[in-house]
Formats: sequence, C-alpha cells, structure tokens
Amino acid sequence: MYKKISNIGDSAVVCDFGDEVNQAVNNRVIKLFHFIKRQSALGNIVGVLNCTPSYNKLIISFDLKKTNSNKVSNFIRSIDFSILSLNQDKKNWTIPICYEFGIDLNNMSKQLKLDKEEIINIHSKSIFFIYMIGFVPGHPFMGDLDSKLFLNRFKTPRVKVPSGSVGVVEKFCNIYPYESPGGWNIIGKTPIKLFNNKNNSNPCLLSPGDTIKFKSISKEEFGSYKDE
Amino acid sequence: MSDNFFEVLRAGVNTTYQDKGRFGMQHLGVPPSGCVDNKSFLVANAISGNKNSIGVIEFAYQGPLLKLIKGKTKIAIAGNVNFKIIYKNNETIEGDCNRSYNLNEGDQIDILGTKESVYGYLSVEGGFDIESFCNSVSTLVKAQIGPNNGTKINLGEKIKINKFRENNNSFKVNIAYEKTNVIRVLKGPQYDYFSEESKKIFFSQFYKITNLTDRMGMRLEGKILKNIINTNIRSEGITKGAIQVPADGQPIILLTDHPTIGGYPKIANVISADYDLLVQKTPGTNITFKCIDLKEAERLFKVRQINISKIIKGIEKIN
Repeated sequence: MYKKISNIGDSAVVCDFGDEVNQAVNNRVIKLFHFIKRQSALGNIVGVLNCTPSYNKLIISFDLKKTNSNKVSNFIRSIDFSILSLNQDKKNWTIPICYEFGIDLNNMSKQLKLDKEEIINIHSKSIFFIYMIGFVPGHPFMGDLDSKLFLNRFKTPRVKVPSGSVGVVEKFCNIYPYESPGGWNIIGKTPIKLFNNKNNSNPCLLSPGDTIKFKSISKEEFGSYKDE
Repeated sequence: MSDNFFEVLRAGVNTTYQDKGRFGMQHLGVPPSGCVDNKSFLVANAISGNKNSIGVIEFAYQGPLLKLIKGKTKIAIAGNVNFKIIYKNNETIEGDCNRSYNLNEGDQIDILGTKESVYGYLSVEGGFDIESFCNSVSTLVKAQIGPNNGTKINLGEKIKINKFRENNNSFKVNIAYEKTNVIRVLKGPQYDYFSEESKKIFFSQFYKITNLTDRMGMRLEGKILKNIINTNIRSEGITKGAIQVPADGQPIILLTDHPTIGGYPKIANVISADYDLLVQKTPGTNITFKCIDLKEAERLFKVRQINISKIIKGIEKIN
C-alpha cells in the first residue's frame, strides 16, 4: 500500500510508497501506474497528462484546466489496491549484449577479484527488473545485480559513454540509449535501439515493470544488427 | 496542402517548432516539451486565425529571417519582439507584436530579437506543414525528437505552410504585460530538508537568473540554501516549475524540457499561473519567491485562464 499522497505544486500529485527500494515496493508503484494509465484511457479519470513511476513513488501530472489535486488524490484513495495486477502489462525481454565492448571489464575484474568470464557469467544469468525509465528517453534503471558484482560509481564520470553501453553500479544495471556523459562501469554494449524516434506508435522498446535477460553475442553478430 | 514555403535566410540561435507539448510519455523518459511560454503560444495562434493550438515557431533572443518564396500567407508574432517586415518592393516596416500581417511572395520577416524577454512565437494561418511525433510537433533537440528530424531550424531550410491565405483581413490585440519579479510558489516535497534560516532566506532574498538558463532549466544565484537532511534523494519524477537545490545550495528551476526524473531535493514549485511570467525573465534579473497555498494557486490559475480568454476574445479586425 502507499504511505502518503500529497500535492507537488498545483498540477501534480505524488503517491509515496515508503523509503525502501526493492522490487516488491516498485511492483506496487508500477501496478498503480498501469491502472491509472488504463483508467485515464477509459475516461474514468480526466486530465492526466503524465504518470511517472520511480523506485518508490508515482507522480501524476495533470491539466489544471480539467481537474485538481483534490480530485486526483481522491481518485487514488478510492482504488482498491488488492485488485491491481501486473501480469497483463509485463513483458520479458531477451536483449543481445556484446561483452567484448565492456571497456571496464578488466578493471572490474581487478576490483572484484573475479575472472572476466565469471563476471560475464553472473551478469548474463541475472534476470533484471526495470524499476523505471527516464532521465533521457528510453533509459532503463534495472536491478538487482548479484552482490558479487557490486561496484561504486566513478568519482569522475566519463565525458562520453557510447550509446548502447550497458553499465553497472551497486545493485543496478542500466543501458545508455544515447552517447552521453556517465559514471557507470561499462560491462558491454547492445546493438538494440532502445528509443526509435521514427516509430510513431511505439518508440520505446521497454516499459517500467518489464524484465530483461541479456544474451551474449560476438562482435560479428553485433555487426549484423547494425543495419536494422 | 499548399506548396507555399518560406526559406530560412538566418536561423536565429534557438529556433524550433513547438506546440502545447507531448504528454503521456514521461514514464519512457520523454518530458512534455512544448512552447515555454504557453500564453504567448495561444495568442500567436489566435491572432493568425487558428482556432486550435497548432504548431508554431519558437525562438529565443535572436529570431530567424524568413523569405516567403512561394504563396501568400498570414502571420503573427506574439511576445515582446523587435521585428521588421521587408516587402518585395523593399518597403520596410517595423512590426507590431500581437497583430497579423499578410505576406506575399518575395516578402520577408526579419525577427531581430526579443525585448526584455526571452521567447517569441511566430504563427501562420493554417499552420506549418510538419510531421508530428507521438501526437505533438514539439521539438526536443537533446533527444532528436519531433519535426525537422528533432533539430533546430537551420539556415537554408524550407518551412512549408499548410494553407494559402484566405483573405486580406488583419487582426490585433493589446496585451498588458506584468512587470513584477515576484514569483509565487508552493512549498516543495523536500521543503523541510532545509534549515529554518534557509527557508527564511529563500522567501526574502533576491535570486539572480544566470546565463546557465535554457529550455531545460534556469540556474539561479543567491544566498546558499543549507540542506540539513540529505543533498540527494531517491530519484523521483520531475514536474515543470520544480525548484531543486543540489549540494552547492544554489537553486535550479526545472523548465519545459526538464529531465524526467531527478534526485535533488526540491524546496518549492512555481505555481502554474506564474510560469509564463517566470520563463520570460532574462538572465541578470533578480527574482524573489513568495509562498502561497494550494487553494490560492488554483484560484490564480483560474484568473489566468480568464485573462487569456479575455485577450483572445479581444482580438479585433483592423483595416
């Protein structure tokens, strides 16, 4: 259950599920997210502009011309959380990754005192859960990584991380959809485009609440994706 | 569709197509975008005769120089903008904002710059012939989303117009612009992360708008705000107008192209009714924040809406 509902400014409401960051808490956030999206599409709640899930919160932004904090809060309070489910909305993805592009693998191997093969083995066997997507379009924040691979963020971020890079920090794993600065340990690279700005109906491959398993591919196989 | 078009003889510094914004995608990392100053956007469309709020050209500071190569069109510029109309016969007139002009083949609009403001808007009757992406023609340059391949409008490009001008009528409206530098806010979700003294400072001292200001955010400079709990929070969804305070204690107001999630504590949120006023303040302006409550913010928004409808109803035919 949520712990608190409050307004953020005059055009948004936050539903706070408590301070813990784990999949059980995030599952509740995502369930509510999907429910509100659906109710909004059905017209049962009017004026919703954006629903933004994060680890432990859902923020609902609305059009103040059509509704207000009080109405949106009351709608959330009226929801019977026991009937919400995630199954119909959740997708399980297999994403190709080429660990040969893991520019930090050698360094990780030293820090973790594990063979590169072992790191790759652990990473490619994990099933990652997408807690949230954001900061930039298509960028997934995933967990949970095996504690054997826990590493800190770089003190000084890299100026340029190539797009498609897969990074790890603590129990989290991410994929950089665009070339950007970044301080995560780069374990590999995927040829899959996470956000397609030419796809008008479904531009973003992943959605919060989906799961990802990585499948190791060679540099040659990576090259064959390039034209897609 | 017509085959009318402008050619871009000068692009300006930050010229993009924008509309009301792109909603329903923040959970995928896509912020709303859209015209930063929503009021001027609505006015620009209304004066050039567009019933719906369709895509316009937004510019910041220096605007574009456009030549109508083919066709006839009706245009309007909203905001506080210095511009000229250069007719084909070389007759040049100073343009008035918030009125429409009828342009013919060979005529040019030279948008020299915004006056004591940041954003201006150019609309054409019937709108621009541009491709929408996920129900919006707003451009998000940093992610290359929207028309014109998600980029700014560039030198030499064609700007296609949907319609051939229907009549030779002109329209105008007078708008009184608010001059105040007091921005009203609601307490933010992490208001209590800040020391009592910092809360007092925030609501009594000037904060200067710095040059590090764009469509994403407005960095302010003033007395340091001291966080007594934690300078980082769990990343959470961001809303337009949120005032976040990173570890250095200097506030940043998140604007229209804001990141979708962020992990800095937010001391306050700008009320919707004052957002358009805020975004037009130029770097160097000292602003102050006034705390009000939610009921008052909602009331002020209604007042704003009434004022905008009055402006639109007040558009009159001239000549």
